Amino acid sequence: MTTSADPRATFDYAPAPESRAIVDIKPSYGLFINGEFVDGHGKAFKTVNPASEEVLAEIAEADDNDVDLAVKAARRAHRGWSRMPGAERAKYLYRIARIIAERSRELAVLESIDNGKPIRESRDVDVPIVSAHFFYYAGWADKLKYAGYGEQSLGVAAQVIPWNFPLLMLAWKIAPALACGNTVVLKPAETTPLTALLFAEICQQADLPPGVVNIVTGAGGTGQALVGHPDVDKVAFTGSTEVGKAIARTVAGTDKRVTLELGGKAANIVFDDAPLDQAVEGIVNGIFFNQGHVCCAGSRLLVQESVADDVLHRLKRRMATLRVGDPLDKNTDIGAINSAEQLARIRELSAVGDAEGAERWSPPCDLPSHGYWFPPTIFTGVNQAHRIAREEIFGPVLSVLTFRTPAEAVQKANNSPYGLSAGVWTDKGSRILQIANQLRAGVVWANTFNKFDPTSPFGGYKESGYGREGGRHGLEAYLK
Amino acid sequence: MTRADVRKTYKLYIGGAFPRSESGHSYVVEDAKGKFLANAALASRKDARDAVVAARGAFGGWSGRTAYNRGQVVYRIAELMEDRRPQFLEALSSSEGLTSRQATAALDAAVDRLVWYAGWADKLTQVVGNANPVAGPFFNLSTPEPTGVVAVLAPQQSSLLGLVSVVAPVIVTGNTCVVVSSFARPLPAVTFSEVLATSDVPGGVVNILTGDATTVGPWLASHMDVNAIDLVGLAGSPELAAELEVAAADNLKRVHRAPAAEPDWALEPELDAMTRYLETKTVWHPIGV
Repeated sequence: MTTSADPRATFDYAPAPESRAIVDIKPSYGLFINGEFVDGHGKAFKTVNPASEEVLAEIAEADDNDVDLAVKAARRAHRGWSRMPGAERAKYLYRIARIIAERSRELAVLESIDNGKPIRESRDVDVPIVSAHFFYYAGWADKLKYAGYGEQSLGVAAQVIPWNFPLLMLAWKIAPALACGNTVVLKPAETTPLTALLFAEICQQADLPPGVVNIVTGAGGTGQALVGHPDVDKVAFTGSTEVGKAIARTVAGTDKRVTLELGGKAANIVFDDAPLDQAVEGIVNGIFFNQGHVCCAGSRLLVQESVADDVLHRLKRRMATLRVGDPLDKNTDIGAINSAEQLARIRELSAVGDAEGAERWSPPCDLPSHGYWFPPTIFTGVNQAHRIAREEIFGPVLSVLTFRTPAEAVQKANNSPYGLSAGVWTDKGSRILQIANQLRAGVVWANTFNKFDPTSPFGGYKESGYGREGGRHGLEAYLK
Repeated sequence: MTRADVRKTYKLYIGGAFPRSESGHSYVVEDAKGKFLANAALASRKDARDAVVAARGAFGGWSGRTAYNRGQVVYRIAELMEDRRPQFLEALSSSEGLTSRQATAALDAAVDRLVWYAGWADKLTQVVGNANPVAGPFFNLSTPEPTGVVAVLAPQQSSLLGLVSVVAPVIVTGNTCVVVSSFARPLPAVTFSEVLATSDVPGGVVNILTGDATTVGPWLASHMDVNAIDLVGLAGSPELAAELEVAAADNLKRVHRAPAAEPDWALEPELDAMTRYLETKTVWHPIGV
């Protein structure tokens, strides 16, 4: 499309790349155990820039023995850390929050390079919330007696996090654990280890006592060794429902406490009285934020039949303005898919959507020749039996369904084994409250979507997992 | 000539009705001294599945009641238990071998526990919910909601106080449940179900199966329409409890693990007796847009 009617014509931005000079990526990284970087004894692996397929660094893999060393370091450190007055623990967390803010641009650039997410998001969403999360939980460390969950730490927490929000998920795991006096062994995802390793450096700068935070890199095997280690007291996992179930089986019959934050297939419900332009922004944010690599993504649009054509027309017009490309370009809306494996899954499920008879649409867009890319995509004519309406695609792919009555909307929204999040768009306040009450989901966004805050509990119903992260509720998982 | 008394048939309690086991099976219940007391219905897999259907059917209505109303209904259970004191005392004495004084203490505690929980119905949200001061123009509120259908393997020893102590926290918060009673001491549970049937508890909110938790438990643990399971009835059977926890992972049920030994039910419960069957829902709403 090159006619003057092309809305992109008015949004023809010159490249505005963020400099990557601020980041110093080392050729290889070790494990962070007991306050020091040490060699791993597994088979080292490479992390690549998903926007270019360029190899960024070689990363050590922790084998069972390395995991054991990390757990032992955390166990030794727990004694001192848990007995340290809360006010002192707090000061370390405040230091970390401040250093993250000081090094925020570096963290944002590194996150975008390793993950593929647009710099606009890593800079304006991920990293600021990371710093805020540490700042928030720092203040709890000496106020636990007011929270209502006791004041005693659990011990050593084994934490396994995903690749979609690498540093943010690290913050959600580590900040409350440390505030409550636990020590941690954290495993970042194998495709996005770099910001966690930079965080390890930040722990050193903050003079955090050795062993309080340990970071072991690796793939599924490292995660299994960590979760299954007999001397961990607590397992916290964010990732797929399939792995979450495996973890629940692994810890069965033990005394380990568990929180799981898993998949989702959120309904984003648009009623006929919604402010439609605002709703379209919410739909776009709901499914295309972070390339749709969001467990709480609004991946099922439920639109009231009477406005469906209008909403789709506006949505397509808006999607045509989305800029897909270089994650480090400040104008980019949609970055790279995180890995070849994830791209294959998105393609596979989209092909299933075609095969099952749904109608696929993407705006015309030029995708870079290297790297992993998928255009923003919607499927219309989707019904509830379609796999693209039931399974988590975890990419920039929206399934559109319609409804006639509020009861039908609620029934369709809840017709899922997941229950992480949902959205409601309507101008009628009483309807928001009614629908929000009936949705079986842990987070409901009314006339907004994908908002996160350190004070606000996040977590799912049903097969989206159990436990809450964030807010006062987030302390419960780390206290006995 | 002495009058022959009219004996009661002890049945299951499913969806507000009192069926026999569809399997036609029953088992002998003896008193603490080994003397025949009754034949109790032996719940089958089909009974368990029927009970889950009843509990699921009752969930929308029960969880949709006002908290005030649920509190009143649970309080009403206590009132009706008080009415049936002689029957409960006899059941406790024969089932648990308690002296009259011990039986009275257990019954008093069970009734008082219901009253205690009844009062929580419209207070727990205020104690465990939060308004969250997010850094932006949003009204942000976290409130507790019931998890759904809860399978409860009731304690094996404490057949009434223990039973009430595990059922009340589940229902007062808006969940519905399928309960497997003490295997050896099922009669107080049956009498309790008769109280439920004549109180204001809607059918299906509490379903009580008499039978063996070691056989019924696995069916409930693997049932895909059960949202949570309390394994306290398997106290002291860590291997079976672990097997059930593994089965429960298939749909990520919330699991309350079996303790090493049955707890002392006389102690005042902690809040987590209720909160472990609650979800926290957080609603965001813009301010001024």
